[in-house]
Amino acid sequence: MTGLTALDLKAGYQDHAVVSGVSFEVAPRTVFGLIGPNGSGKTTLFKCMCGILRPWEGTIRLGGEDVSRIPRRRLARIAAFIPQIHSVTFPYTVEEYVLMGRYPHRGRMSAFTREDRSIVDETMEMLQIAHVRRQRLQRLSGGEMQRVFLACGLVQKPEILLMDEPTSHLDIGHQVRLLTMLRRLSQETGLTVLITLHDLNLAGLYCTSLALLDNGLIHAQGSPEEVLTRDNIEQVYKVRSQVARDPFFNRPHVYFLDSRE
Amino acid sequence: MNRCTTFFILLVLLAATLALGIFLGGSRLPATDVIDALIHPGGDGMAHTVIWQLRMPRILRALLVGSSLAGCGVVFQAVLRNPLAEPYTLGVSAGGALGATIAIIAGLSGLPLVLLCFAGCSLSIGAVLGMSTFRDFSTSTIILSGVVLSFLLSSVIMFIFSVASSRDVHASVLWVMGSLGGTDALSLPALLAAMLPLLFGLLALTRDMNLISLGDEKAHLLGLSPGVLKILLLGLASVVTGLCVAVAGIIGFVGLIVPHAMRPMAGADHQVLLPSAMLAGGIFLLACDTLAQVVLRPYELPVGVITGIAGGIFFLVYLFKASPPEVF
Repeated sequence: MTGLTALDLKAGYQDHAVVSGVSFEVAPRTVFGLIGPNGSGKTTLFKCMCGILRPWEGTIRLGGEDVSRIPRRRLARIAAFIPQIHSVTFPYTVEEYVLMGRYPHRGRMSAFTREDRSIVDETMEMLQIAHVRRQRLQRLSGGEMQRVFLACGLVQKPEILLMDEPTSHLDIGHQVRLLTMLRRLSQETGLTVLITLHDLNLAGLYCTSLALLDNGLIHAQGSPEEVLTRDNIEQVYKVRSQVARDPFFNRPHVYFLDSRE
Repeated sequence: MNRCTTFFILLVLLAATLALGIFLGGSRLPATDVIDALIHPGGDGMAHTVIWQLRMPRILRALLVGSSLAGCGVVFQAVLRNPLAEPYTLGVSAGGALGATIAIIAGLSGLPLVLLCFAGCSLSIGAVLGMSTFRDFSTSTIILSGVVLSFLLSSVIMFIFSVASSRDVHASVLWVMGSLGGTDALSLPALLAAMLPLLFGLLALTRDMNLISLGDEKAHLLGLSPGVLKILLLGLASVVTGLCVAVAGIIGFVGLIVPHAMRPMAGADHQVLLPSAMLAGGIFLLACDTLAQVVLRPYELPVGVITGIAGGIFFLVYLFKASPPEVF
């Protein structure tokens, strides 16, 4: 079981700091949601957490270890990062692409074992993409593509899964199915899940805890009830709203009134 | 298509082109003489000399250069993630042409010419990789450095042409057009010894190519250091290309079209694509070279003419037949 801690992070590009003084803690076996307006620094934080971007200050710890000190291959066996949906240049098949998630576990020349194959098969079954295994990525719909990307991350057998806007480009059915699956994975297999989301109501419904990012700073963090308040939403998104409990799950539900601008 | 089927078809084609290459050539030989020379490798006579001293080395050279160019094309397209990338994208050809032109003007031939040509190739590889590393080693930087260097070196060649004697210019142009015959400057064993380790090196890195072809970020996330590996792959492939240019001149199109031709058959997985493209490249160049010797016999066409025409036609058909997502 691996949690993630970010301590006093400052990071950015060239001489422009995007996030600063950001600290948060992701408890093991939970679904942690990172929310905030466009350009608030969610993706930058993500890049720091998976080691693509080196933070200027502060540290990120994965299960007690400094991420910047973990060798890449070992990091790829602990943490899987799923980028936003993008096009893939070459016509790989679904199976070929998913199998690449096993590379961190195997040497350059060593053949894939029966275990690798069965992990790939099981994951594709679970995500319901086994029937398109021989299809090329370019032929897939957005929903299938997102599940293929997720499958590639899951066959890494990570302890922590990070997904950048997993629900963008998906219809509501796929959004709900994907988030339900992530919540189930974290409950059943002990996977720690960290996602960024734009939909506040889905964030309130599925995430164990939330951090609200505004202009590179953490504006609020805690349980969905603590973060999704009328004042927070108005200050960060510049939108007036009312927050009530939904009658079915007793989760906070945001009703948007109008823009303040 | 199944992997085994792909390789089986390629092996059958290889056997067929090998047979054509042995039985057909610049001079007419009766088939019985050819068979006799093949059965008795220790014998002597005209047919024997032609087969063992001329055709066999030339066939091997064609196979080696063809596989290398096609293999390097796959590598360049994967690393640069660009369907138009090919072995000459980094300006290796322009460097080699400049080296060879200088050698010819200076009256050199044989091994010194080959060495000077390879030196030109190496310098241009070093310049492009150096320039791109100095900046950010992004795909666009690498491609732009290569294009700019090619223009620069071509201008130098044009300058040399403008002041050189027309005989030297003609010799240089002929050399640049490329030929697989008659270069005993670098013996075949030496060439094999230089090329084979590099080609096996590339074949050992196919998984890394898969990851790099997904982009630096994804490669990184799956445990790779894309920067180092990109330099290694581009460096290896450029040296192989430089060796090809040094022994056979600038043979175009093989490195561009063979990878495209093989992707629908072999798929995108470089563990299958690279070896099958190498095989197909050898077959393609051998077939083109045999054709180049036969069509206007006793005159021999530059093999680049055949690869260009065959490749161009193939490319047009491919472009208009395949639906856009299939192309990439």
